[in-house]
Amino acid sequence: MAVKDYIRDRFFPHIWCPGCGHGIVLNALLHAVDELALDRSSLCMVSGIGCSARISGYVGFHSMHTMHGRALACATGLKMARPSLNVFVPMGDGDATAIGGNHFIHACRRNIDITAIVLNNQIYGMTGGQYSPLSGPGILATTAPYRSIDAAFDIVNLAMGAGATFVARTTSFHVKEIADLLKKAVLHKGISVVEVMVQCPTYFGRKNKIGGPVEIMEYFREHTAPLGSKKLEENPELIPRGIFREETRPEYCEEYAAIVTRVRE
Amino acid sequence: MSAATTGKTPGKKAAVQAAEPEIRFVQGNEACVRGALYAGLKFFAGYPITPSTEIAEHLAELLPRKGGVFIQMEDEIASMCAVCGASLAGSKAMTATSGPGFSLKQEAIGYACMAEIPCVIVNVQRGGPSTGLPTKVAQGDVMQARWGTHGDHSIVVLTASSVQDIFEITVEGFNIAETYRTPVILLFDEVVGHMREKLVVPKQGELHVADRLYTEVKPGVNYHPYLPREDGRLPSSDFGGVHRYNVTGLFHDIFGFPTEHPDQVSKLIYHLVDKIENRAHLLARWKEYYLEDAEHVILSYGSPARSARHLVENRRSKGDRVGLIELQTIWPFPAQLVREKTAHAKNIFVAEMNMGQVTTLVKQAVVNPNRVFLVNRVDGVMLNPQDIGRVMRTIEGRGF
Repeated sequence: MAVKDYIRDRFFPHIWCPGCGHGIVLNALLHAVDELALDRSSLCMVSGIGCSARISGYVGFHSMHTMHGRALACATGLKMARPSLNVFVPMGDGDATAIGGNHFIHACRRNIDITAIVLNNQIYGMTGGQYSPLSGPGILATTAPYRSIDAAFDIVNLAMGAGATFVARTTSFHVKEIADLLKKAVLHKGISVVEVMVQCPTYFGRKNKIGGPVEIMEYFREHTAPLGSKKLEENPELIPRGIFREETRPEYCEEYAAIVTRVRE
Repeated sequence: MSAATTGKTPGKKAAVQAAEPEIRFVQGNEACVRGALYAGLKFFAGYPITPSTEIAEHLAELLPRKGGVFIQMEDEIASMCAVCGASLAGSKAMTATSGPGFSLKQEAIGYACMAEIPCVIVNVQRGGPSTGLPTKVAQGDVMQARWGTHGDHSIVVLTASSVQDIFEITVEGFNIAETYRTPVILLFDEVVGHMREKLVVPKQGELHVADRLYTEVKPGVNYHPYLPREDGRLPSSDFGGVHRYNVTGLFHDIFGFPTEHPDQVSKLIYHLVDKIENRAHLLARWKEYYLEDAEHVILSYGSPARSARHLVENRRSKGDRVGLIELQTIWPFPAQLVREKTAHAKNIFVAEMNMGQVTTLVKQAVVNPNRVFLVNRVDGVMLNPQDIGRVMRTIEGRGF
């Protein structure tokens, strides 16, 4: 099947700015889904609010565009009610680490079989370029005109600390890597957290004088390195990419099903 | 000897139960659980909060036994969100809470209104605002139940004054939620939630149980999830089924896709409001006592209606022409019903445990608002018959 068969082309053109990284992640996600040949009626996407959340409208999945930060909580209900579903949850900075931070850590703790994708662009894009919990100190934003003083969350460490059993990171420059990691994430039984660093040229790039999409993606290429690589060993200041954790722990829906089997009248 | 006791004889259990009704001695909160299961509850998400916690505790025990899902979420917000997700997957879904938790759930209640997701939210009211009186009774959430979530919308709010009524109104709540694809709020109070009384559990089939209406559109044919039928109902399709469509809290078209087109926005908001407000007469549930010739009418709901009824029976036995109307549907407010039932009353006394939230509505509904009087208690103590009697005597000019 072609990737375009997974798209609701009736609703195009999409709302994203020229040069935005979200379309790259959408493309990689659809390739991953296509290559895995998943049952189409099992495909669900639950999203929150923001630029990233709009992905759910464009895919031909069962799609639930919910409230800011609440995607994982809604997805938990959906998955528990029908565990056979393949549930994808794309989230932005705010969805995953600010207003939805509590839902994020608890979904990780439960180890429920959901594929969470954090599109980290270090900014609130849809509302016009305010700093986020992923911006880090020294960033210019419309709500940080004198540069931000807040430390950033490290999504990988946050997810691992909260108990996620599959944790990975890549960037929008590494398109093939996104699809490969997402395939592994989908096949993983339990919660999978895949962070994708994406460019927001409109607000983050322009405001911080980094440049357009090409310059930001070049930054991703130069400032990241695969886990276990010689490049990373020699340059420990680089941001590591790859799979940080892949372990087996009882999955939440299966554990619940075991209770039902035990006590059912 | 109750049927519940005789029914315990091994081997004869099934036969006895078929012949006689199941009788239990339970709390209101447990009656709510039994009613929900009777109505076909398949999913509950909650977070512990007094005085509604027993609902979660009973369901934690009973739902897995029936193959349903119980989950304790990380907070009140997540519980309401999980209910929305589960309902889209086709499960009859419910959450339960009280004051502060009800405030937190408002965001996702609005989502359920907008996305037309059937669900039931129980609020066992306690004193407020804020943390208020966690273990004491109040009825201060009448207006919040109607207007707690932002934006124009409509919603159904039901209540009850006895353990038996809680069971039946809970079944009704699910029926209305599933029929009209709307959140339904069961607005109980601490007294009825915690009070123990006899519950006669109806046999399956005795009470009507409504199920969701499903689309007959075949796979591969365009299904319009948000195109209402002429009767205002939306035929559903579950997530995981053959039709894949979009659900959103944004204004949306018949595909469920976001739109800002003024015509479509207007059409949707009118649909959301009209599907409930135009059915106020169908959704009205109430009880009435001695209204035919009543000079003085008490209007009440929830636990104060019990005190009102006690007083009315007492004064009737002395020949006084007093009557009672007990509302079980609070929203949409049955204004026409209230106007008709109180048309010949000299005085109307609204007995409630707040600063006059329903009293305001009654004043708007009746012919002579100057003869509507609030009888309330807002000190965490149940409104008792003497409280109502004192105010009535004063207004009737019979001394204090």
